[in-house]
Amino acid sequence: MSAAATTIGHEAPHRAGPRSFLRRLRGGDEVAHLITLTFAAGILLLTSLLVYELWVTSHLSRTKFGWMFFFTKVWDPVFDNFGAAPFIYGTLVTSAVALALAVPLGLASAIFLSELAPRKFSDIVSFLIDLLAAVPSVIYGLLGIFIVVPLMRTKIGPALKGAFGYLPIFSGPNYGVGFLTAGIVLAIMVVPYIISVSREVLLTVPREQREAALALGSTRWEATWQVVVPWARTGIMGSIFLALARALGETMAVTMVIGNAATISPSLFSPGDTIASTIASQFTEATGDLYLSALIELGLVLFLMTFILNGLARILIVATERGGGRPA
Amino acid sequence: MSARIVWRKSVNIVMLSLTGIAALGVVSVLFFILGYLLWNGGTSLNWAFFTQLPKPVGETGGGMANAIVGSLKLLLLAAVMGLPVGLMAGVYLAEFGGKTFSFVIRYTNDLLNGVPSIVIGIFAYSLVVLPVKHFSALAGGVALAIMVVPVTVRSTEEFLKAVPGSMREAAMALGASKWKTIATVVLPAASGGILTGMLLALARVAGETAPLLFTAFSNRYWGQGWGQPIASLPVMIYTYAIAPYDDWHRQAWAAGLVLLALVLFSNLGARFILARSKAV
Repeated sequence: MSAAATTIGHEAPHRAGPRSFLRRLRGGDEVAHLITLTFAAGILLLTSLLVYELWVTSHLSRTKFGWMFFFTKVWDPVFDNFGAAPFIYGTLVTSAVALALAVPLGLASAIFLSELAPRKFSDIVSFLIDLLAAVPSVIYGLLGIFIVVPLMRTKIGPALKGAFGYLPIFSGPNYGVGFLTAGIVLAIMVVPYIISVSREVLLTVPREQREAALALGSTRWEATWQVVVPWARTGIMGSIFLALARALGETMAVTMVIGNAATISPSLFSPGDTIASTIASQFTEATGDLYLSALIELGLVLFLMTFILNGLARILIVATERGGGRPA
Repeated sequence: MSARIVWRKSVNIVMLSLTGIAALGVVSVLFFILGYLLWNGGTSLNWAFFTQLPKPVGETGGGMANAIVGSLKLLLLAAVMGLPVGLMAGVYLAEFGGKTFSFVIRYTNDLLNGVPSIVIGIFAYSLVVLPVKHFSALAGGVALAIMVVPVTVRSTEEFLKAVPGSMREAAMALGASKWKTIATVVLPAASGGILTGMLLALARVAGETAPLLFTAFSNRYWGQGWGQPIASLPVMIYTYAIAPYDDWHRQAWAAGLVLLALVLFSNLGARFILARSKAV
């Protein structure tokens, strides 16, 4: 009796389970939901796997060098001594040069396109600038090697030395390749991002803001610079952060024009290396597990840097979209 | 008073002209790049470039037929592996997703989109190359596929969301189940946009070099199947540009022109499809 009851008790839900599940499947909705959900979860899985793989494969280098990895200035594959300091320095310097050139240029272009140019003309130019963003990085590198490097060696470098040679950043020999050349090429590459995002943000500034400023007697420029730009500043900051994240991770063009040397030098003419360019130029030659592991740890560092920057950029852009700027 | 107005007006004119000059400068960079590549690439491009294998070091001539085919093969791999994942995940986000989980997926997707391509290369290396201990076309395809996914997800979701809710309601009111509505009404309505997004995603990875350097590697001959290293145009441009031979530089320009034409035409084509599907 009790035995029969237990079998029934056991079987009843067991039978109902699959049957109701099958009935729901017949509609197809659950299946479609489940399948698409699996793929969506796949993205989560893929990204976690990426972080996990970077973490695990850099294990050897992480345990050997610890936090000193970030401060050691030596990168010596022969004696298995690896430090990331020169590359972190190179990454920061080239990105700083790139932003110093690209932000004024990009912001000015965005202002022209949103405030002055007729809408139709502005749309065409923006389209062309978007195409500029689609040009592959290796092609910028190609143009960098054969145009920017010779120009730097014969024209720009000597001119800068003549004018500002007393500054430490323009001291030392000029080979044509180096931090400054890489920074210039990077600037050309990130300018389209600054322009297209900033233009979008500037176009969202309400008309009344401009009209009010003009009605109070300000010139066109004053209305733009003191009213429109401050209104859109959070979004503009977001575009700069996105450009910076691009510049930090940019690989091929930089690898081709930076000169590939693990140096920390105050001179912008000095050849150097960024994190990405070191990985690109040395990965296939890496003999020995520690060497490879150190390169992968460089990749991990780069990943974390861009991860943080992208997060900040996203927060800033969302903030402008929601609040429409701050009523300053 | 009037001096101040003159000053303000001249600042106005100077600054506004500077913004115009900046915009002009940026656009002229594009035309300069196009012109320079057309000139240098056009003069070095010949029939042999498309039909012959690379010649050994020291001999002039030869072409990059294997690299062109290699690039197409890698793109095919990326499309086969990356596009379905992106499409499905995009459908989930637009049609099924709840709130929190969708937010997490969307955020992760943006994060994946922002990962530098060289890091994706390391990932594909540790995933595919390290276990079998040799470079392969498959590894390169995996790297490119990972880069295709986030772009496809985003554009698919965007275009599905742009389909008016009334179309979904009409289909449901006629008795179609949810997935039938999606498959027969919503997806076809958004197909132009979705295809555009896919094409743009492929155009983006077509020029990627960094993730291929140590996954697909390179090959001076025809590839020996998916498990062997394979040549690709971007990697060839890189190795030829940094090599010290004039004839290789010439070929790098030719390859640059072919690659840029491929990327720009697919961009233009994608926008053309989009414009037409919107007009209908």
